[in-house]
Formats: sequence, C-alpha cells, structure tokens
Amino acid sequence: MKPVFMTYTKQDIIGFIVLMGLGLVVIPTFVTTGYWYSSILIPWLCLSLASVGQQIVMGYAGQLSLGAAGFMAAGAFACYNLILRVPDLPFVGALIISGLIAAAFGILFGLPSLRVRGIYLMVATLASQFFIVWMIDKFGWFKNYDSSGIITAQNIVIMGHPFTTPLKMYLVVLVITAILTLLAMNMVRGSAGRNWMAVRDMDIAAESMGVSLLKTKLEAFAISAFYCGVAGALFAFTYLKSLEPVAFDIKLSFKVMFMVILGGLGTINGAFIGGAFILLFPVVLNALGNNVFHGMVDATIISSIEQVVFGALMIIFMIYEPLGMAKLWENIKIKFSSKFKK
Amino acid sequence: MIDELLFFMEVVVGGLLAGTMYSLVALGFVLIYKASSTFNFAQGAMVFFAVLFFVGIMEFGVPSVAAFFLTILVMILVGMGTERLVLRPLTNQSEDTLLMATIGLGYVLEGIAQAVWGVEVRRLDLGIKDSPVPWIADNLKLFISALDITAGVVAALMIIMLTLLFKYTKMGLGLRAVADDPGAASSIGIPIKHIMLLVWSAAGAVALVAGMMWGARAGVQFALVDLALKALPVLIIGGFSSIPGAIIGGLIIGAVEKVLEVYIGPFFGGAIEGWAPYVIAIFFLLYRPEGLFGEKIIRRV
Amino acid sequence: MARKFKIGKPVLEVQNISLNFGGVKAITNISFNILQHEIRAIIGPNGAGKSSMLNCINGIYKPQEGKILFKGQLLENITPNSVAQMGISRTFQNLALFKRMSVLDNVMVGRKLHTKSNFFEVALQLPKVVREEKENLAKCEEIIDFLEIQDIKNTPVGKLPYGLQKKVELGRALATEADILLLDEPMAGMNVEEKREMCRFILKVNDELGTTIVLIEHDMGVVMDISDRVVVLDYGKSIGDGTPDEVRSNQKVIDAYLGVAHD
Repeated sequence: MKPVFMTYTKQDIIGFIVLMGLGLVVIPTFVTTGYWYSSILIPWLCLSLASVGQQIVMGYAGQLSLGAAGFMAAGAFACYNLILRVPDLPFVGALIISGLIAAAFGILFGLPSLRVRGIYLMVATLASQFFIVWMIDKFGWFKNYDSSGIITAQNIVIMGHPFTTPLKMYLVVLVITAILTLLAMNMVRGSAGRNWMAVRDMDIAAESMGVSLLKTKLEAFAISAFYCGVAGALFAFTYLKSLEPVAFDIKLSFKVMFMVILGGLGTINGAFIGGAFILLFPVVLNALGNNVFHGMVDATIISSIEQVVFGALMIIFMIYEPLGMAKLWENIKIKFSSKFKK
Repeated sequence: MIDELLFFMEVVVGGLLAGTMYSLVALGFVLIYKASSTFNFAQGAMVFFAVLFFVGIMEFGVPSVAAFFLTILVMILVGMGTERLVLRPLTNQSEDTLLMATIGLGYVLEGIAQAVWGVEVRRLDLGIKDSPVPWIADNLKLFISALDITAGVVAALMIIMLTLLFKYTKMGLGLRAVADDPGAASSIGIPIKHIMLLVWSAAGAVALVAGMMWGARAGVQFALVDLALKALPVLIIGGFSSIPGAIIGGLIIGAVEKVLEVYIGPFFGGAIEGWAPYVIAIFFLLYRPEGLFGEKIIRRV
Repeated sequence: MARKFKIGKPVLEVQNISLNFGGVKAITNISFNILQHEIRAIIGPNGAGKSSMLNCINGIYKPQEGKILFKGQLLENITPNSVAQMGISRTFQNLALFKRMSVLDNVMVGRKLHTKSNFFEVALQLPKVVREEKENLAKCEEIIDFLEIQDIKNTPVGKLPYGLQKKVELGRALATEADILLLDEPMAGMNVEEKREMCRFILKVNDELGTTIVLIEHDMGVVMDISDRVVVLDYGKSIGDGTPDEVRSNQKVIDAYLGVAHD
C-alpha cells in the first residue's frame, strides 16, 4: 500500500512546501511592521478562507448563495460566547464548534436549494444574512448584554500561550487557513467535489447516476458555512478585534461573492487570488490618491472608483473569461512554460 | 374592540400602501425580465442612480419638470449602454452569468452616482407630506400618510399605462413576441433592438418614479439600494414575469411585514421588517416556487 | 453464436402507462416488458413518446396512469436516484454531461454508487478513500480504453464534438456497472461508420457483461440488426411489439414509417 498522500503529484507537494515556507519563514523574517500583518495579510487570509467556503457552495456546487457574512457572524459570535461561557475550552476547539454552529445555519438556510436555484435561491439566502445578523443584534445574550454595541474580542490563548502580537495572530490564521484549504482541496478533487460539480453542471444526470441532490446540496451548504463560520471567528478575533453585528452586513457578503467570481468560480486558488485583488486594489488606489494626487482626490471618490472598477471587472470577466483570474493566471503559466521549453 | 380593529385596519392599510413602494421597484424588474429573461439585479442601483441624478441637477437650479425628463433621458442612455455593453455580448449565456453581470452593473451605477454626486443624504421635497391626511384621520379615524396614498395612486397609474402599452400598441405586441421566442420574433422582422431600448427606457422611468417616492420618504441616499433589495421577495411572491404580480406581491409584503412588525416585533425587540419579507418569500418558494402569477415551468429533458 | 447470458425473465414491466403535459398527451396506455439480458429497442418517429417513456422509467416524469414493475415488484415514488440505486443507468437524448468537468471526471461520477467514503473521509484522505479512488480510477480507465477515448480523457467535456460526447455519456453509464442500461439515441447525429462502432460497443457490453439494454433509436436498419425485440411507438401509442422480423412485417409499423395519413 502506497503512502496516504499518493493522490498528490510531485508538483502539488513542491508548491505546498514553497507556499508554507514563504508564509511561515520568509514573511515573518522579512516583514517586521505590524501594519502588513494586521491590515493586509490577516484580513486577506480570513476573507480568503470565507471565499473558499463560498467557492464550495457557489463555485463547485453551483448554488447561488449570498449569505457568507451571515454565517461569518454566526461563527464569530459563537466563538465569543463559547470562550466566554465554557471554561477551559481551548481556542481551536471553540473555533471548530463555532464552525459547526455556522454549518447548522448553513443547512437550515440551504433547504430552499432543494426546490429552487439561481436568483430564487439567492433571495432565500438573503434571509439568512438578514436574520442571523438581526438575531445576534436583538438578543442581548449573544452580546453578553453589552449595551455599547461593540464588544472586545478575548485574547487568543493556545496551550497557555497568548497570541496577541500581529505576527503571532498572523501565524495562527495562516496555519488554520492552510489546514482548512488543504482539506478543501482534498474534497474538491475527490468524490465529494465530483458530486458537487455534477449537481452544478447537470443535476438530473447527477441524480440518475445515484447522486442524491438533497444530501449533496446540503453537504455543500454545511461545509461552506463551516468555512465561513471559522473565517468569521478569525476575522473578528484577529482583524476586527471586536464583535459587532454590523461588521457582517450584506456588503461583506457581496465582497466575498465578488472575490469568488473575480477569482474564478470553481477554483480554490481563485479564492485567494480574488481575495488579494479585492483587498489590495483599494489599498493601491488609496496610495495612488495620497502620493500621486497628494490627497487632492476625495476619499469618497476613491471608494466610488473602486466600486466602479469591481463592477466593471465583474462584467468584463463574465463576458470574456467567466473562469476568472485563476484562469488568467493558468494561461500565463502555460505561456511562460511553453516559452521556457523553446 | 372597535379601537383595536381600527388600529389593525390602519396597520394593514399603511402596510398595503407602503407595499406599493416595493411594487414600483419590482415593476422595473419585471419589465426587463419579460423582455429579455434577464434578472436585472441592478434595478435597485438604477433607482438610486436615477433619483440622485434628479435631485442633483435640481440643485443646479434645473426646474423639476425639466429635471424629470432630463433624468429619463439619462436613464435611456444607461439602458442603451447596458444593452450594448453588457447584455448583447452575453446573449445565450446562462441565467446565472447574466445575473452576476447585472450585479456588476449595479456596482458600476452606484459607484458612478456617488463619484458624481457624493455620499451625503439629500432631502427630496415633492410637496407631499409624509404625515397622516387630516381628512381621513377625522372622518375614518385612520392615520394614513399622504405620501403612501400618492405612492398607491402612482403605482396604479403606472400599471394602467404599462398594461395599455403592452396590450394595445404594436410595440407591446412585439415585446410579447420577443419575450416568448426572441429568435422567432427577430426572424419575422420584429425590431428587437428597438424593443429592448423601449423596455430599458421604461424600466429607467419606473426606477426614477420609485426613487422619487422612496427619496421623499427616506432621503436620497445609498440605503435606497438596500431597500430596493426588498423588491426581490416581492418578485418571488408575484412571479418574475407578471406586472399584476409585482403589485400584489408588493401589497402582500407590505401588509404582512407591517402586521408582523406591529404585533409580533415588540416581543423580539423590533426591526423584524429587515428579514420578514425574505422569510415570507422562502415559504412561498417552498409551496409555490413559480409565484402567484408566474408560469409553472415544466422541465423537459 | 451461443450467448453467454441466456435471455431470462422480465426485469422491467411497463403496464398501461399514460403521460400528459398540461393536457397534451405524450404517452397513451403503453405496456411492454424487458427481459433480463436482452437488447430491447424502442423505435418510432419523432415525437412518438420514446424519450418520455424512458423518462417515466427513470423517474424524471411522473406518469398519470399505469404501473412499472421491477423484478415483479411494483415501483412507487420513483425518482432518478431510486432507479439508479436499483441498478438502472441511462444516457440522455440531448446529452446531459457535466460540461465543465473532464472526460475522466464525468466517467468517475458514474462510479458514485461504488463510492462509499463520505466527504469527511475524503477531506482527510484516509487510506480507505485512497484505495477506493484507485479502484474506481482503474475501472474508469478500463472503460475509457474500451471506448477508445484515452487521448481526450483530461479534456473538459463541453469542448468535445457531439459524437465524442455521446461516447463519454455511454462511458459514464457503463461505469455504473448497472444491470440495465437505458440508452436514448446513442447514435444520433453519427455517420454510418460511427454508428457501426457504437453498435459494436453495445453488443460487446451486452455479450460480455450480460447487461440488459433498452435502446431508443430512429434508424430502423441499425436497430433491426442488434436488438432481440423491438417495440414501436407512434403518436404516444404502441403499434407493434416483437422480434425484428415480426415488427418489420407489421402493417401498422409499415404505415407509420411510410407516412400513411393518420385519421
């Protein structure tokens, strides 16, 4: 019997080692300013993790869902309450349970997918978005009866060791994101992913092959919500460092959806590429506004430009490359490697 | 007892009238869906775009009537641009692809509107008060806002006009043919392009009217886009391709969400209006996915 | 030539099936049976109700009247999934492939009922998952070899020409190792050469594995060559049922195919 990792190619393993080396060794060695960790790398990883979840339900299973932020909120507040109320619960344990709680919401609000698709489903998932955020907001228990509306997140403590500096928090997020992404890759490459894609591409044929639509769709919703839930908890604990329901509004759901669409539906790396673009583009635009135009351009104009560019890109990608930036990246790689061979 | 009944009536009537505001947004949606089977997610952004433009140019001293027609002209240009740059290159693409493209379009419109006019909340005074009409309050003991009544009347007028347009004009006949089978319609010489233009223009005009109503109530601001999202549950209840459906769906959502808010909301700290329409829509989806007036789709294999 | 698998008892019985779509009759009171290990053809002109019949057996359409029996047992609440679980697989008239997936992945979906691992085990890549995946992969490679589509196995199906897609669909159905295959016009749009090749595949599957085959086809000639028994539909009704020779000499069938006016 061959070892367990035999479904990976040599390239996969090399790629993984290079990425992890970069993330765990190179970046921590060379990047010393906290800004990069707390304002760029941490939110990028958190939102990319949520995008991986969105990829599973939308990119792989083909179910148009617009509830990512709702599930993230569920995860974030579940994590806060678990740490608050369950003594001696390890952080990772709280994170996993938070994911499972979000997954339960995913199953509940995924139920309409058994009857409808497309925009109908999207409207149904909006219910989860609005309902979950409302529920957290209106029932004081979830916020531990804090009236200020903003609750400070607890410190992350793993095995008695506090992870409070930007670098340490980054490492926590990186490791968790890497593990969950690896698991997601295994799923989408294996029989689970094939079932999702079969349902996406031609549901009746999938059913005729013995794929249960009920099980497959709800599974995708649950796993997606699990990823969003964990991502939401990390987002709140390491990036926002506070918990407020309004941070998880519909705009965040749209943002995650944009990451997935621009990154490339049905690709895991697309979640990270799209995430990087959505987060970095505004940073670049602001830097341009400050340095080139010396703040002459109003901040609202800059954020409006950002919106126009995202929207226009969405249209352009739909027209010319529905598989998104991941596909462009793939094409560039192929071009380069063929030039190399010559 | 009588008082309670009166109060209930007041809640229902207020809800119904407020619901027509959702209907106005939903109408624009239906128009485009009927003609091109596209879920135009950008309709909410069009509402915002139109009314912001309207208010914006009035600030430059353009008289309101001129501003109204100028805005409609701009909305026609938006429609033409959308048809040419977004819809035409995406002909024959899946519904989901089109939907995502119109989400992008919505972003573009919102962004442009804010870049041009800024983000501050603007007041829109239509000369209609958003307060109870004294005559009705005195004689019927119902407190009903004048703006709500206006919205109801405007919605009714719009429906009559659109129905006449569809039923009795050559364009309307052509539109119904296009909706049924674009290929066949074009092969017998129906000018699809003109019809699309007409429909997008009509949708633009409807967006402006809806925006004026909403703007007068809540101020002209970005939040209108989120309010316009509530047109989606309205459409699910009424069916995406039915004009009467958009109206009745709006009435149902308006009345039910008000009744729930007033009678059940207080037990949960209120604001259940935010999600109630969507949950109502889910129940409709489970029992009647095609909506009240939509056609039942038989899937052929 | 002696058959390895003797034709046996009825495995599927269709009794008095009627189906209509909002008042339009697609099938009227059709009955026939399918015997184990036979090749059974359903033929008829366009709109005769052939595909609708298959879709009723498959659980996609729900007939308003009639019964379907599987190995003597009455089937109730048939869904495509429950039919698949019973060991009945199918292809579709208008191709129902997973367009964005590769040929190999399409065929692998056919192995669904031979895959027992759940998503969690797959995520962790447990040894049993890896083993199962390997077995399924080997089986699919075998089928891909058999259908001679080795060179395109990593191509997304949506990019293939029609004829190849038909082959992939057959491959996916074969991968299920079902006892009964329902093939809906597997040779549509093919030239004589391709049709002959497809016939060879079908006969080989029936012969080597004993798979019962229900075949819908327009082309009388092809059907008569390979099937054991033929049922002829016209305007939603059954107008002939028997061996190819019996059907060929049936006056009603001749009329239908030569286009005698219906009253």
